[in-house]
Amino acid sequence: MHDPASIGAVTPQTAEFDSPLQVRSGAILDGYQLVYETYGELNAGKTNAVLVCHALSGNHHVAGHYEDNPRSTGWWDNMVGPGKPLDTNRFFVIGVNNLGGCHGSTGPSTVDPRTGKPYGPRFPVVTVEDWVESQARLADRLGIEQFAAIIGGSLGGMQALQWSLDHPERVRHVACIAAAPKLTAQNIAFNDVARQAILTDPDFYGGDFYDKGVLPRRGLRLARMLGHITYLSDDSMAEKFGRVLRSGALSFGFDVEFEIESYLRYQGDKFADHFDANTYLLMTKALDYFDPALEHGGDLSAAFRVARANYLIVAFTSDWRFSPERSQEILKALLDNELDVSYAEFKTVHGHDSFLMTDPHYHELMRAYFHSIEI
Amino acid sequence: MYQGTLHEAPAIVSRPDLAAIAEWVRPRAKVLDLGCGDGTLLGYLAETRQASGYGVEISEANVLACVRNRVNVIQSDLESGLSAFESASFDYVILSQTLQAMHHTEEIVREMLRVGREGIVSFPNFGHWRNRLQILLGNMPVSEALPYQWFDTPNIHLCTVNDFETFCAHHGVRILERRVLHMGREVTTLPNLLGSIAVFRIEQRT
Repeated sequence: MHDPASIGAVTPQTAEFDSPLQVRSGAILDGYQLVYETYGELNAGKTNAVLVCHALSGNHHVAGHYEDNPRSTGWWDNMVGPGKPLDTNRFFVIGVNNLGGCHGSTGPSTVDPRTGKPYGPRFPVVTVEDWVESQARLADRLGIEQFAAIIGGSLGGMQALQWSLDHPERVRHVACIAAAPKLTAQNIAFNDVARQAILTDPDFYGGDFYDKGVLPRRGLRLARMLGHITYLSDDSMAEKFGRVLRSGALSFGFDVEFEIESYLRYQGDKFADHFDANTYLLMTKALDYFDPALEHGGDLSAAFRVARANYLIVAFTSDWRFSPERSQEILKALLDNELDVSYAEFKTVHGHDSFLMTDPHYHELMRAYFHSIEI
Repeated sequence: MYQGTLHEAPAIVSRPDLAAIAEWVRPRAKVLDLGCGDGTLLGYLAETRQASGYGVEISEANVLACVRNRVNVIQSDLESGLSAFESASFDYVILSQTLQAMHHTEEIVREMLRVGREGIVSFPNFGHWRNRLQILLGNMPVSEALPYQWFDTPNIHLCTVNDFETFCAHHGVRILERRVLHMGREVTTLPNLLGSIAVFRIEQRT
């Protein structure tokens, strides 16, 4: 387990914000808290801060592990740490749990101070723009006027882009990995099936399940199983599981037979035990709503007219949920605005999940990009 | 696609065609370098001409080298066109030592002159006397400008200075300037015989 390049034991911190936050829907949160972790040291000039934005089911625990649990490795520990591509010997790296999350930041499972009961379905639908605003206040609190870089994969990549649109003066570099400028109808459709699985679970109770002593486990499990299928590729599933049977013979029943079934059910169960159903609904909505071109009549290039950052756009050939073509749409908008941008496309087999994998070519490029950033 | 000497010899001096190209580029120009290798030319143009722009590369190793060299690079296959780029969005589109390795020669020249107000093309002159001599002696030419054996060469559309000029005449391409070089020096006498590398500055006839 011991990894000399890991940041080691880390401790989450919490920041409270008392002033109201009006979210895009018009709803107002009187106050909120964000849970975050930091790795490395902020330099005297405060020029080396890097924000890591998480994807749908991610959180603030990006790297390292918790003192009491050496197996609690952060979700992007292969990318972030001393000597890693995003080198914490050089950068001050921040991971934040998004507003609406279920890992410590204010979200549906948080007790609403006005009612003394969990927000549940009354927690406002938050968007990527709302996350940026809520986290800009955290940056203020930490004294960071400008990030050296903001990086994210998938939904996190979208958030990194949004930062550079909402606060162009506060972001010098953006690394946007396996993302898209907006979801396709097919992508929204997947999200809606996942939501329907949760919403129709009898244990969901319209989102007010917290005091019922139950969790909408079946719904969450199905949502995660479906999501998981779309994050992998046909090839990687074939390679990893093929048609292998657990018992070696057909049982002519509906119990787990194929290895892939076993794997998906395991992933679903694991997820259902620790993820909040209301948060899952919110996160998928934030994905569906992300569309910076919308208020520019669908013109993505117009949306990026305000941008000033230097961009790295990365895509993976086997990623069919956020395909390279979608990243190329982002690239086109950046080129149209004559912004500094590099685009790399990696041949991988792991589908959308490739951005989390330790592909040596991909990691070497990330290392080179971060190395090129002056601090 | 070209993946040859640029990577092994990063210094601009070792590529006389690059020095010739750089001389033509106006200060603060916007440049698209197709098959940009490790980004040497773009880095040089940024430094000496305050030029900006992008390189296009298919090779993973060269994309990495460009990022290391702080050169904007787009990983893409030139054979699939330049659809990501708007018409007349660059002052120059450069194709250095890449034309001869392209499958779709006519299309890439048409595309580069759509995207760039001017194009700059460099290629090895197959008409150089040493190439002719080697053919005469019964072998495919191998030289400094053509460093490959027949079986491992990426070059599929080799041409001479004369051939390229004929191509331009037949494809509505105006030649604005031409420089034929050998061993880093300009060749003015019998260039198609004595020059090993040709560099052309071209534009689309309207």
